[in-house]
Amino acid sequence: MNVQTPPVKLQAKDYATDQEVRWCPGCGDYAILKAVQRTLAELQVPREKTVFVSGIGCAARFPYYMETYGFHTIHGRASAIATGVKLANPELDVWVVGGDGDTLSIGGNHTLHLLRRNVDVQLLLFNNEIYGLTKGQYSPTSRPGTLSPSTPYGSVESPINAAQFALGAGGRFVARSSDILQKHLPEVLKRAHAHRGASLVEILQNCIVYNDGAFSHFTDKGVQADMQVHVEHGKPLIFGANADKGLRLSADGLALEVAKVGEGGVAKEEIVVHDEKNRTLAFLLAQMQPPSFPVAMGVLYCDPAPSYDALVWAQAETAKKKNGDPDLAKLLKRGHTWTVA
Amino acid sequence: MADSAAVDEHSAQARQELDSAVVRFAGDSGDGMQLTGSQFTLTAALAGNDLATFPDFPAEIRAPVGTTFGVSAFQINFGARTIKTSGDLLDVLVAMNPAALITNVADLKPGGICIVDAGAFNERNLVKAGYKTNPLEDGSLADNMRLVKIDMSRLTLEAVKPFGLSQKEALRSKNMWALGLVYWMYGRDRQATVKWLESRFRGKDGILGANVAALNAGHAFGETAEMPAEMAAFTVPAAPIPPGLYRTVTGTDAMALGLVAGTRLAGLRMCFCSYPITPASSLLHALAPLKEYDVLTFQAEDEIAAVAAAIGASYAGSLGITSSSGPGVALKGEAIGLAIAVELPLIVVNAQRAGPSTGMPTKTEQSDLYQAVYGRNGDAPVCVLAVSSPSDSFEVGMEAVRIATKYMTPVIVLTDGYLVNAAEPWRLPDAAKLKPIDVAFRTEAEGFHPFLRDQATLARPWVKPGTPDLIHRIGGLEKSYDTGHISYMPANHQRMTDARINKVLGIANDIPEQAVDNGAAGGRLAVVGWGSTYGPISRAVDNLRLAGKDVSHIHLRHIWPLARNLGALLGSYAKVLVPEMNKGQLLTVLRSEFLLPAEGLNKVTGKPFLIAEIEAAITRLLGE
Repeated sequence: MNVQTPPVKLQAKDYATDQEVRWCPGCGDYAILKAVQRTLAELQVPREKTVFVSGIGCAARFPYYMETYGFHTIHGRASAIATGVKLANPELDVWVVGGDGDTLSIGGNHTLHLLRRNVDVQLLLFNNEIYGLTKGQYSPTSRPGTLSPSTPYGSVESPINAAQFALGAGGRFVARSSDILQKHLPEVLKRAHAHRGASLVEILQNCIVYNDGAFSHFTDKGVQADMQVHVEHGKPLIFGANADKGLRLSADGLALEVAKVGEGGVAKEEIVVHDEKNRTLAFLLAQMQPPSFPVAMGVLYCDPAPSYDALVWAQAETAKKKNGDPDLAKLLKRGHTWTVA
Repeated sequence: MADSAAVDEHSAQARQELDSAVVRFAGDSGDGMQLTGSQFTLTAALAGNDLATFPDFPAEIRAPVGTTFGVSAFQINFGARTIKTSGDLLDVLVAMNPAALITNVADLKPGGICIVDAGAFNERNLVKAGYKTNPLEDGSLADNMRLVKIDMSRLTLEAVKPFGLSQKEALRSKNMWALGLVYWMYGRDRQATVKWLESRFRGKDGILGANVAALNAGHAFGETAEMPAEMAAFTVPAAPIPPGLYRTVTGTDAMALGLVAGTRLAGLRMCFCSYPITPASSLLHALAPLKEYDVLTFQAEDEIAAVAAAIGASYAGSLGITSSSGPGVALKGEAIGLAIAVELPLIVVNAQRAGPSTGMPTKTEQSDLYQAVYGRNGDAPVCVLAVSSPSDSFEVGMEAVRIATKYMTPVIVLTDGYLVNAAEPWRLPDAAKLKPIDVAFRTEAEGFHPFLRDQATLARPWVKPGTPDLIHRIGGLEKSYDTGHISYMPANHQRMTDARINKVLGIANDIPEQAVDNGAAGGRLAVVGWGSTYGPISRAVDNLRLAGKDVSHIHLRHIWPLARNLGALLGSYAKVLVPEMNKGQLLTVLRSEFLLPAEGLNKVTGKPFLIAEIEAAITRLLGE
């Protein structure tokens, strides 16, 4: 019997490059980088078949730190470039990384179409609600009133909710996590990776220099349990430090409301059970904002459909079977030909 | 009877033999003038004529019926000699309504024949065309024109009566009636058109029958009716064409075939990514069905996504190609810069149209040469090629694939609205004899870094993601010449910028020296052209050389880098004339590169040059 050398088990550090990481000390991006490297090691993904594509911004530096193939492109266009990569070679495992400006402002159109087409990539949206690399201007996800160098009197714009945008665009996988949820984030990333088709993961990320504490009202240790609901398919939407709060349908059935569960409250049966294939529920969960609601974390929506790249290649294969082998001479002669003697 | 005249056995009239003829069909955009012209073209080709065509259609898909902006026209020049342009002035104009007459009649030759559908000259149509009185009656048309008034509408309705169509449907066959008549005028066989109608209207017996009946009726009218004195019948013998297998191609057809041939010769999959824009979209349509030729097409959400996806495809080991017209290419500029910085192959086909901004989308121009050569931020060199005739697109398409892959560089291919739509006969090349294009993906890990350059070409290696042991990252940030890692070192940026520029300039050593298309190397005057001005320049120079003038024609395919001998070659003429459908863009490049006192001849009317315009400029420069 042949003795086979067991394949070397890759560690998280094997997915790190020798390049010096150049984010500000304390940036949430470090934690996300670690979570991604840990996830890839857990999944033992082959490094040479993995490609990280990014646009421009702090988050977009990500590929330089991943020991995989990587393409740092131009502002907003990572999703479009990744679409080309998957068209040319659907075998590649493609991750797109971008910030809120890259993905929802200059590249908003490409994000919409990547999700609508259902290109088989994982799109990681690092949302810090600010432009970091250009030194602190408000972003499309900044809340009204945000003070920044370009909005000295406060922003008067209405922000985009990334998860709602993704659902509205027809995304088949929409999830949310945060840089500081070090146990939660890798699990969400694994689900995103397993999903065939476009999977959007919004990762709430703290910019320590320009927007420090933007999420602390629901991410700080003391308030986390009461201000976040971690959704799981098939489980009731219960949260709170004492697991005594839940989400139920309001009387008219078109909205969620927070209810006290158990003693002095409603019966557990009244609490909505998370169904990740229910797009309407996903919308309701995506739009919940403090202080009246907890922020929903986890896989809000997952309902797979054939991916764009798979359909394109299947169509090409069918055409090949129907039309036979390619023959350049035959192609040149297509249409009406005549001979001059 | 003279030898040059033949008698049609079915006609009492003698047919006059012609060397060449220019015919234009003009009508409402719903009148099927483009189809009529295409059929006439095919039949002329089958009769052995050389030919060139010029379709001229309105921007509106269905402009209001009868208006001047709804006029669609198709012009063909066909002959017993080599045909180089679609013709200056018309021998025959077929005008299906007053709007077609008013917008086209000025192009008729003195003494030319103008056939009108008198039935369409009703008050409503006259008003829409802007005629106060009926020009067929009021004597306002030129005296030396041979006006042939036929009520084609009525005759068509009569001919198709047995098929029980509505009046509206029946009148749709009017174009076939006109075509039948013009077929009779030139003694042409109707069989190819009948066959085409049979395949087009398969299963629609009534419509098929009506069209064939109208075609035959138009023809029969010529044969049997008592023709007005203005009418005449001609014969245009076959041209001395090199033997071989032929088909007609438009510039779009030939470009699609050239790109497919190139990628197949290189053993690559093509990823063609585009966004609809006039007049470039037809290339996407031509390539989309060719899936068995390893052609994947992607209609992107916008121009930027189209070029970005093409770059992504090239990164993944296919050949990414995008196409557009000037405004779309402007949007692609930043991404082309990325392809330059990461040194990936990319082909950008620009079907130029009249600008700036939206300009005149359906009209031709050559005004994107600056954009192609210079139009990006940073010192961002690309290779630029230009197509000079519809069939030349085949060669240029293959050449673009060769250069893009060998030099790991974007190649911009300039064609234009005239070339993409114009058709000409094309002698098919032997597919087995096309030269293979060597493309080698790097797999060797020893000594690898992503920007390690080939000493001869300065190209970096092409690596497919998925290749073990060659994992690396690339990006738009400046890279170290020695390691490929990000570098902001001052001397390194100088070195990398120089390397990128020298790589593209080095292509000049890998392309043919510039030849003189017609005439001597050196002399009194060189006429230098590029792109679709080939036809009129060629004919004008030919005509004047036959008249004994010392003038030569030089036509450029390689716009950047320029051929290595071009400066010396142009320096050997006392004068250089550069006719362009722009305000002098190649002229600027030639002056700047070679310090030449060249002169421009510039036309931006949305129409190709007339031969006469170029002849006049040559004569003026020769001081005669």
